[in-house]
Amino acid sequence: METPVYPAHNYLSNGHTLRSWLLTKDHKRIAVLYLISISAFFFLGGLFAVGIRLELTTPQGDLFQPDTYNKFFTLHGVIMVFLFLIPSVPAVLGNFLIPPMIGAKDLAFPRINLLSWYLYIIGGLFTLFAIVAGGVDTGWTFYTPYSATSSSSNVAPVALGVFIAGFSSILTGLNFIVTIHRMRAPGLHWFKLPLFVWAHYATSLIQVLGTPVIAITIVMLFVERAFGFGIFDPQRGGDPVLFQHLFWFYSHPAVYIMILPALGVISELVSTFSRKRIFGYSFVAFSSLAIAVFGFIVWAHHMFVAGISVYAAMVFSFLSFSVAIPSAVKVFNWAATMYRGSISFEAPMLYVYGFFGLFLIGGLTGLFLATLGTDIHLHDTYFVVAHFHYIMVGGAIMGYLGGLHFWWPKIFGRMYSEFWSRIAAILVFVGFNLTFFPQFLLGYLGMPRRYHMYPDEFQVLNVLSSAGASILGLGYLIPVIYFAWSLKYGEVAGNNPWGASGLEWRTQSPPLTENFTEVPTDIPEAYEYTPKVVREAKLV
Amino acid sequence: MGGIPLFPEAASSFASEVDALYLFIVAVSAFFTVAVSIAVVVFGIKYRRKHAEEIGAHIEGSLPLELAWSIIPTIILMVMFGWGAKLFYEMRVPPDETLQIYAVGKQWMWKFQHTGGQREINELHVPMGRPIKVLVTSEDVLHDLYFPAFRTKIDAIPGRYSQLWFTATKAGRYRIFCAEYCGTKHSGMIGSVVVMEPPQYQAWLAGGGTEGTMAERGAKLFNDLACNTCHLDSGQGRGPSLKDIIGKPVELAGGGTALVDEGYLRESILNSQAKVVKGFAPLMPTFQGLISEEGLAALIEHIKSLSPQATTSAPALVPAAATISSTPDAPAQGAQR
Amino acid sequence: MSNGNAHAEGASPAHGHDHAHAHHPALQHHFDTMSQQREAGVLGMWVFLLTEVLFFGGLFFAYAIYRSWYYDAFAAASASIEILPGLINTVVLIGSSLTMALSVRAAQTNQRKATVNWLIATIILGTVFLGIKVYEYADKFAHNHVPGASFQFAHVPAPGEPHVEEPAAGHVTTMGHDEIERTTQIFFSLYFTMTGLHAVHMIVGIVILFIITWMAHKGRFDSEWHAPVEMTGLYWHFVDIVWIFLFPLLYLVERHN
Repeated sequence: METPVYPAHNYLSNGHTLRSWLLTKDHKRIAVLYLISISAFFFLGGLFAVGIRLELTTPQGDLFQPDTYNKFFTLHGVIMVFLFLIPSVPAVLGNFLIPPMIGAKDLAFPRINLLSWYLYIIGGLFTLFAIVAGGVDTGWTFYTPYSATSSSSNVAPVALGVFIAGFSSILTGLNFIVTIHRMRAPGLHWFKLPLFVWAHYATSLIQVLGTPVIAITIVMLFVERAFGFGIFDPQRGGDPVLFQHLFWFYSHPAVYIMILPALGVISELVSTFSRKRIFGYSFVAFSSLAIAVFGFIVWAHHMFVAGISVYAAMVFSFLSFSVAIPSAVKVFNWAATMYRGSISFEAPMLYVYGFFGLFLIGGLTGLFLATLGTDIHLHDTYFVVAHFHYIMVGGAIMGYLGGLHFWWPKIFGRMYSEFWSRIAAILVFVGFNLTFFPQFLLGYLGMPRRYHMYPDEFQVLNVLSSAGASILGLGYLIPVIYFAWSLKYGEVAGNNPWGASGLEWRTQSPPLTENFTEVPTDIPEAYEYTPKVVREAKLV
Repeated sequence: MGGIPLFPEAASSFASEVDALYLFIVAVSAFFTVAVSIAVVVFGIKYRRKHAEEIGAHIEGSLPLELAWSIIPTIILMVMFGWGAKLFYEMRVPPDETLQIYAVGKQWMWKFQHTGGQREINELHVPMGRPIKVLVTSEDVLHDLYFPAFRTKIDAIPGRYSQLWFTATKAGRYRIFCAEYCGTKHSGMIGSVVVMEPPQYQAWLAGGGTEGTMAERGAKLFNDLACNTCHLDSGQGRGPSLKDIIGKPVELAGGGTALVDEGYLRESILNSQAKVVKGFAPLMPTFQGLISEEGLAALIEHIKSLSPQATTSAPALVPAAATISSTPDAPAQGAQR
Repeated sequence: MSNGNAHAEGASPAHGHDHAHAHHPALQHHFDTMSQQREAGVLGMWVFLLTEVLFFGGLFFAYAIYRSWYYDAFAAASASIEILPGLINTVVLIGSSLTMALSVRAAQTNQRKATVNWLIATIILGTVFLGIKVYEYADKFAHNHVPGASFQFAHVPAPGEPHVEEPAAGHVTTMGHDEIERTTQIFFSLYFTMTGLHAVHMIVGIVILFIITWMAHKGRFDSEWHAPVEMTGLYWHFVDIVWIFLFPLLYLVERHN
């Protein structure tokens, strides 16, 4: 096979000025802008996590003042949820890949796409301002009355930041929905679409329907705090629990915004590295929609001990189990895809393996919380912290990193170090388990969340957890190095280094600004691996 | 690593069932985790790529398989749900006869009141073997009263009562945690619940509470606040009689009924025109801001003592009834807010 | 030309290269045909309006809960709001939807001057609405009906409601706050938040209308392409419909008495 040549004309070389980047309409450049900004916020959020785990190595609160620690976990949550996880896969990979995957030249509304990025940045700046001004200490959940009346910290700027970033998310979702409906190449009907696209479509539905509700909740919190309005203030007839209903009506579906795109990535990776069509394609496609729909009717499972009635609790518990089934269906279908596949173990596939273990544990531990009899004991303990980190980090971030490793050659035209990428994947898997598995045990023992000091009997498990965090941190830092190195010195990738199916792999790497010189017309079924396609693969 | 505990002490009547349900879910989770993990590892080994241009088999799917792995997990989950819901009902609906404790969370301490008059801060003495109901509220922000050894917790919400109940089965000292983030000293808002054998508990009771029982304090307040001028026993006063009303429904002036329990009494004292009894005019002034949580609880205990036969079940969930700021027991002067 | 609510601009893309066939100057290059572009725009605007429904929906939900709990307070508070300005505003806003629809019609039929004139009429009516709102808000400030530290609500018993006796001697009640007064604060909190949010949407709409009017004046629209006018029309009608719900909920609680 001849050595590929790095294409002289591509979207990266199409304009070198700052203006050509900051005023771009190219979805691929916007994706790269997001990549840089969310990575910066990820490491900032990670710094706060370092602070947390350092403090928790000893039972006493001896490293930081209590208020400082409270600000650390709040900012860790706010940054990781709103400024990293929610945008991550859709804003970076979705933005870059959806147009080529459907044979389009760009998203439906390129300027709104750019606006989305600016709104994200402005939201981030408000949050940075709040950090510099002294931080916020309400927890990322901003429960009233504490956030409305008691906390003396910078609630308003963070609330505004989240509000503005929320519109970034809404506009991205809106863009994807219209794009997927109206911009598919001729002949590309829904059931030929990659499952990555289905996943993003389902996610976009949630973004568009759910995010406005937290936006209005923040407005209400803001007017309460800034003007003394009293919608949630019991002294004036308000109900603090109403805030929780409004907050979770969005924030539960939000967790599906965070995981569904990553699940879409996993479909692509499992198929490519097994060189086999996804087993049960339509089941996987519909399960994404089912998760989006069911995700909207389970919010009060965050409130089982918050004073809702016994009967309401039973209804929400029952409905919460409904969400587990489509997720399980996906996992079984992916495993079945590997049966009689042709499997290779490059870095993206290692992230898939890591994902399997961690997403399984994360998803299954949700059952403990959906089950009423156990949730009373486990609510607001470290069990919950472990559960959501297994899904958000073990699931969503593994999916994001796997996708980044898979599509990096397409985005930048370069390969990275296979050796170091595998090391990083393994470090992340090991470090992650060491960090978070002890927290399940801590939770059942009764250690509550958001504690900066704790009774002595919890120390051993906390030390294990902090030790694991250092390994996890290393696993996240190593890719920064080899990815940066690859931009200049990496091997030229060529169109399709993995022998993958999908329209995006038919274009050059990096692609032209308009993606295709001619709109593809002979679009095959999804996930067709032909000898011609696999012959393009660089690796065995 | 020897000596890492996995379970807290199981010290309540339902703790061991919570643990059993937990282990059931652990077993189900372990089964699926191991099964899928083994499958993907075995497939990875058995079907690893053997030459560069190898492709996987052409398989679309299997409807029977999809149905199987949808329906079987659904059945297992329904079992999980059913067991959990049943246990939850037991954990949330107390038996008829309970020993009453009032708990108030405030930044950053727990205040407990026993009906016999004893007051405790951050420590709660309870007898073993008797069902105990704790009525919980907050003076400021959300808190949560959590007893890991009993496997139960409930949020403390300003403006209303919530409750939990337990029967302690094992003597000893166990942790109390606040389990809802409440600000600076959230992690400092911890204490102990001391479960005592009945004889020791009687001894402890005898040693404290010089102010009289809660009901006695409440009776004094009832007179001091002039409740007795309207709420005549005969029922001919401006307000309804308060004898033998606990646990019974009353008809309301605006239509509908209400169950007379702690929550209704609390609401009627603080938000007096919300649920006026049929046949009476809405004349009762509000005591919002004029009475502390402790005084309110004492009044309620006094009114309960006027219904010697009755028991109460879960209080009606009062939507956003008034809250109290922390004032001492006696009627406070001046405006609150 | 993109259809975002906050991001309208006018420049047609420069044509620096050959085309195999002529196309409308407003066709953006990532679309194949004008009809695809228009359909995408319409779908996008409807999705956006759906998000607005959810946005206002949270407030309507809170309103519904509190009204079911504190009906009397809501009735008393609603009764204290002058109905005439609200009525005038409703007529004004419906009228502005009419003028908006007429401007869309004019654009569809290539009538540049009529398009501009109907748009200007819409702007005027929208501004009248906002002016009346300013009057109403000022009135609330004057009566201390703005929630917060200085809130005061004098409760006038309706005919038939028994007169509340003065509390017996020895009681000190909080200054002017029985529980109806307490909970009317919630009503006014919702009143200001809901009408305030609506007013913000009106202001944004008027800004957009100015831009669209300018574009129409410059002759940018024709019968083949007038999507911005249509999109703005959709948005404006939505804002109108929100008011149609707000008016009875806020002004007309128990007015039949």
